Amino acid sequence: MKRSGIGSLVLWIGLTFLTLLPVWWMLVVSMRPRVKLYSKSVLIDDLYWDNFLAVLNSSTFLQYLWNSMVVATSNAALVCALGLLAAFGLSRYKISGGDNVFFWLITNRMAPPAVFLLPLFLLFTKWFVFGDFMLFDTKIGLILLYCVFNLPFAIWLLKGMLDGIPLELDEAARVDGATTGQVLSHVILPLARPGLAVTFILTWIFAWNEYLFAATLTSSADARTVTTALAEYVSVTGTNWGEMAAMAFLTTLPALVVLGFVQKHIVTGLTFGALKG
Amino acid sequence: MRQSNIGWLFLAPATLILFVVGFIPFIYILYVGFFDWNTNALDPTLRWAGLQNYRNLVFDTTFLSSLARTLVFAFIVVISELLLGYVLARALMADRLWGRQFFRTIHTLPIVVAPIAVGATWRLLCVPGFGIVPYYLKLWFGIDYNISTNAYHAFGTAIIMDLWHWTPFVTLSLMAGLTALPKEPLEQAQIDGGNKLQIFWYVIVPMLKPVLLTTVFIRLMDALRSVDEIWMLTKGGPAEATRFIGLHIWINVFPKTDYGYGAAMSLLTLYVTIVLSWLLFVAMTGRKGGAQ
Repeated sequence: MKRSGIGSLVLWIGLTFLTLLPVWWMLVVSMRPRVKLYSKSVLIDDLYWDNFLAVLNSSTFLQYLWNSMVVATSNAALVCALGLLAAFGLSRYKISGGDNVFFWLITNRMAPPAVFLLPLFLLFTKWFVFGDFMLFDTKIGLILLYCVFNLPFAIWLLKGMLDGIPLELDEAARVDGATTGQVLSHVILPLARPGLAVTFILTWIFAWNEYLFAATLTSSADARTVTTALAEYVSVTGTNWGEMAAMAFLTTLPALVVLGFVQKHIVTGLTFGALKG
Repeated sequence: MRQSNIGWLFLAPATLILFVVGFIPFIYILYVGFFDWNTNALDPTLRWAGLQNYRNLVFDTTFLSSLARTLVFAFIVVISELLLGYVLARALMADRLWGRQFFRTIHTLPIVVAPIAVGATWRLLCVPGFGIVPYYLKLWFGIDYNISTNAYHAFGTAIIMDLWHWTPFVTLSLMAGLTALPKEPLEQAQIDGGNKLQIFWYVIVPMLKPVLLTTVFIRLMDALRSVDEIWMLTKGGPAEATRFIGLHIWINVFPKTDYGYGAAMSLLTLYVTIVLSWLLFVAMTGRKGGAQ
């Protein structure tokens, strides 16, 4: 057993190297002044922050960053609230056709987003228009839109978690005279809190990382998100590698930070809780 | 369990939103697919076209080759990630590996990197003249690696990028599955004198099947629709070497505003996705039924 332990240690060190290389290179490039950009050394020569400052000083990038923050946080909050209600309904009540509804919910997540781009673009610009207000190029539009893939995921995940909370607890509360709302807020909510936290963080990351919808259904700095900023940047200049790397790093950083909180639960989350059943 | 209509009340808000952003668009492309509609054409109104869009689609070689390319890509990455992920999962579960938690955390990192940033990062690595990959491949092995002119290099890089991004997911998911396996059948098989391969194939794989099914399913769906990374890495090129179906729809529909045709392409893609996932489901569950 000892030999295989050493073998796997070597394997893991090699793998860690391969895993970190792209991210490391991004960091190296982001800390290089223009004159040193074509150096092929993989070491950080000195801490040069001008690329980061240049990116952060551009007003649009900060605006895009703020948009992403608003969209991802609102979407995750909305999805968690509606997801918890739906999961409660599916887990605690016998719903006629409930299995079919459940299946339909999940098909929304499987569909390729490219398929929905065109109809949503048309609906957002032509049909979902209320007087002067249309959903195209608004943060609200993106917040609603991201429910397509985040809501089914949250319902699936939370249903698995609520199924794990014994029904006896609900019943005991009801015997004591609790209403359904009180059962939800005093029994289910405290017990589901860890699950809700994981759901919130994962849906937040998905919303933060999304690009295709954001790129197609927004057009101005009012609603564009940080992923579109990165893509725009590449297509506009394409040569200012230092700033591009700094931007890529800044785009990734928030998700990397929250990774620390969910690392243990990320698989259960990403596989929709299906591994539990 | 209580009566059904109250349950629906809890489901209603979620269902309403998904109806608006999920179901209505689906019905809408179904409708638009039967029309000739191009807002940039001389006549920008909807004109009934019947099945013309679909008829054109069947003979559209760029669409069909893009679809085929996507299937090849998905097939290669899913199989490789499954094999690689399994090996890594076993290695990571080796007894008393020092710093196991540390390696796990590092290995999880790519999963949360935004696909668009993954593409940007790999572009930094692989762009000819700037990146370190072409430089060192030339220096050490004398290989002229160039993703912007060589179709095979671009396609291969897309595959490796996907492996980097998603193998960790497969590893973690298989690790969760392997940890949950009961020990007795394994010990029993060892006592019965099964060799490693037999134990793997006849004991571990059947027990792991639900996890395998879920993992393959998720990876296949995601591989079929990857757009962002490829867009950043190669923009679908050189020529059309890495233009996968999602990218193809996107590139074609928006600049050309040929909505009717775009709707038909979208629907056919959705159909292929559904059929594939259904086939996968039947194959995996059917074999399970036969073995027991």
